[in-house]
Amino acid sequence: MRTTETLESTGPVEPTPPPGGSAAEPTGGHPPSINRYLARHRDATSTGAALLIFVAMVIYGQITYGAILQPSTISNLLINNAHLVILAVGLTFVILTGGIDLSVGAVIAFSSVAGMMLAQAGWNPYLVVLIMVLIGSAIGLVSGCLVEFFDMQPFIATLSMMFLARGLASTLSTVPERLDPDSPIKELAHQWKLIDGDKVNDLVVTPGVVIAAIVVTGGLLAVHRTRFGRTVYAVGGSEPSASLMGLPVRRTKILVYVISGTLAAIGGVVYTARLGSAQNITGIGWELDAIAAVVIGGTLLTGGSGSIVGSVIGAFVLGLMNVLITRDGGIRPEMTTIITGGILFVFVLLQRAIKGRRG
Amino acid sequence: MTTDETTDDIVEVPPVREARSTTGGARAVPSRLLRSQHIWAVAAIVGLLCINVVKDPGYLSITYSSNTGAFVGNLVDIARAAAPLIMIATGMCLVIATGGIDLSVGSMMAVAGAVAMEYLSSANAPSSIGAAAAAIGLAVGLCAVLGAVNGILISVVGLQPFITTLVMMLAGRGLAKVITGGQNTTAVNERYRWIANGYVLGLPVVFLASAAIAVAVAFVIRRSALGMMIESIGINAEASRLAGLNRRALLITVYVVSAFLAGIAGIFSTGTVMTVDVSQTGYQFELDAILAVVIGGTSLAGGRFSLAGAAIGALLIATLDKTVVFLGVPASATPAFKAAVIIVLYVAQSRRVRGWAAGLRRSRRKSVRQVVAT
Repeated sequence: MRTTETLESTGPVEPTPPPGGSAAEPTGGHPPSINRYLARHRDATSTGAALLIFVAMVIYGQITYGAILQPSTISNLLINNAHLVILAVGLTFVILTGGIDLSVGAVIAFSSVAGMMLAQAGWNPYLVVLIMVLIGSAIGLVSGCLVEFFDMQPFIATLSMMFLARGLASTLSTVPERLDPDSPIKELAHQWKLIDGDKVNDLVVTPGVVIAAIVVTGGLLAVHRTRFGRTVYAVGGSEPSASLMGLPVRRTKILVYVISGTLAAIGGVVYTARLGSAQNITGIGWELDAIAAVVIGGTLLTGGSGSIVGSVIGAFVLGLMNVLITRDGGIRPEMTTIITGGILFVFVLLQRAIKGRRG
Repeated sequence: MTTDETTDDIVEVPPVREARSTTGGARAVPSRLLRSQHIWAVAAIVGLLCINVVKDPGYLSITYSSNTGAFVGNLVDIARAAAPLIMIATGMCLVIATGGIDLSVGSMMAVAGAVAMEYLSSANAPSSIGAAAAAIGLAVGLCAVLGAVNGILISVVGLQPFITTLVMMLAGRGLAKVITGGQNTTAVNERYRWIANGYVLGLPVVFLASAAIAVAVAFVIRRSALGMMIESIGINAEASRLAGLNRRALLITVYVVSAFLAGIAGIFSTGTVMTVDVSQTGYQFELDAILAVVIGGTSLAGGRFSLAGAAIGALLIATLDKTVVFLGVPASATPAFKAAVIIVLYVAQSRRVRGWAAGLRRSRRKSVRQVVAT
């Protein structure tokens, strides 16, 4: 019910609140209009909260450490987090259906190690990139089929694909596989100066950032403007209902894993191009970063509610946090994971508070 | 467990029941055995051991060393390696049965190890029992407190188990690093070391201890109504609440038990080397434990659970780890083999494949019957 409500919130007729969920009923001292607004725009509220905290972090950083709102810092934030943004977009699709994909980090390791080795063997670089992306799609497809045809829980299916991809990457190579400096793949990390500031204070953009922007735009269009996107929300809201409505549940659920795997591999291409090398231990724990980004962005792990924009903001919150911790210098490195956990915790509590308000 | 499975089959898989009802009494036993979920995991263990025997015919031999008064052999090594995993898998099994998940157990191991090592290195008592006991008590106690935090956040505040324990996993790993100041603390205490490296009746203390604890937990859970309550929360939390179950207390208990057992596992795994490696101790153990539980036939959706299955799953993973190393495959490639085992086990157990198998059997029997009729 919640899903359809959100989707059709632009309609002129007010949907009647579902029985049992006295969502729009005024509770306590709040005027009913605020409650109704929050109830109907919960996705937007969560995303707004994430945006608010991001802005607060920027302001805090600017006041405390300075030099946050300047072209070079912003460029670095974009360039260093392009791959995380791509991962988070892919994962959003899966989480919106109520699933999860733990294999993204390992997909990056396997596809980029394989790609680097092929590139070293003298393969055509464009073909190499294509193969890297297809490896991701294939792993996603296998995850999806395990979930759909063999009743595996998404957690276990993608966990086994994570193990498989990580193990395969390790059998290929356990040392850093470097990219030839003249390889065209490096062009993906070529820095275009948009604004030439004084000294190194330039606004720089790489093709990797552009790819991330394209992925985000594509993701937004797919989620909000296509039948597939609506099916994703419907499946996450209630799979039996979606099925009874005649929606292609099985196809959609397989497709989201393929999307997630493909985007993970694209993220791997971007990351590898920037770093110039790949190793079997690349991307350990990135699935957790990506899940954290999605959750911070306001997407519920139970599915059916959330947004791509939120995940992008979530990825930048994590990236900005790293910048701030590095800037501070006084924070001991062992504290970083505690801070990451703390921020995640605050966001989850916030979501819970908003959800609690709905009744 | 077998009765549960039978009812499950009756509800969900009519073809299998049909096949069963036409089966005569004598054939019922092997077919029931084949459909028991543990049999596949046990078969996988046997299969792995067979591979090892092919590679080295003396693999299974166990010798008694009169010097140390202990049995020596690969099987003993496997048992020793399985001990921490059995502990974690037992706790994880209960958590999963309530429909939750505990990702923080690996970090709990690091916290327990960090506390124990810091205490022992500052206490400076190389062989005192008191210091060892205090170290263990502190370590396990802190873990239990962290587990209670998990449980309260999940049951009282109403956060999702996945995210709550993910936060605790990040924070716990950080906490372990803060406790040791980012160092890998080393300590000396013979009593503490004995837990991990000592022998009783010729068998490793860790294995006996973990087996005893697992059996004790299983006894308490299965002989009281606790097990049924946990299952009922996992199947339908709202219905359990209406039936008068104290959901909060049960959830907190389950997460405390999980963290407590993870603390014990942390003591087992730091005791072997008397060092805590704050970034590696227990790293990704939660994944192994979840696999062990799932291999043992417990569904991540909650509800029906099998502690024996979890222990068998833990043994399977330990066997797999040892086998891969024994075959000379780089240890970093082990995950691929784990994945292969899980996928094969899962696909073999899946309703689709079982349906095919049942269909095959039925059609064969039908054709026989037709022949007889004509």
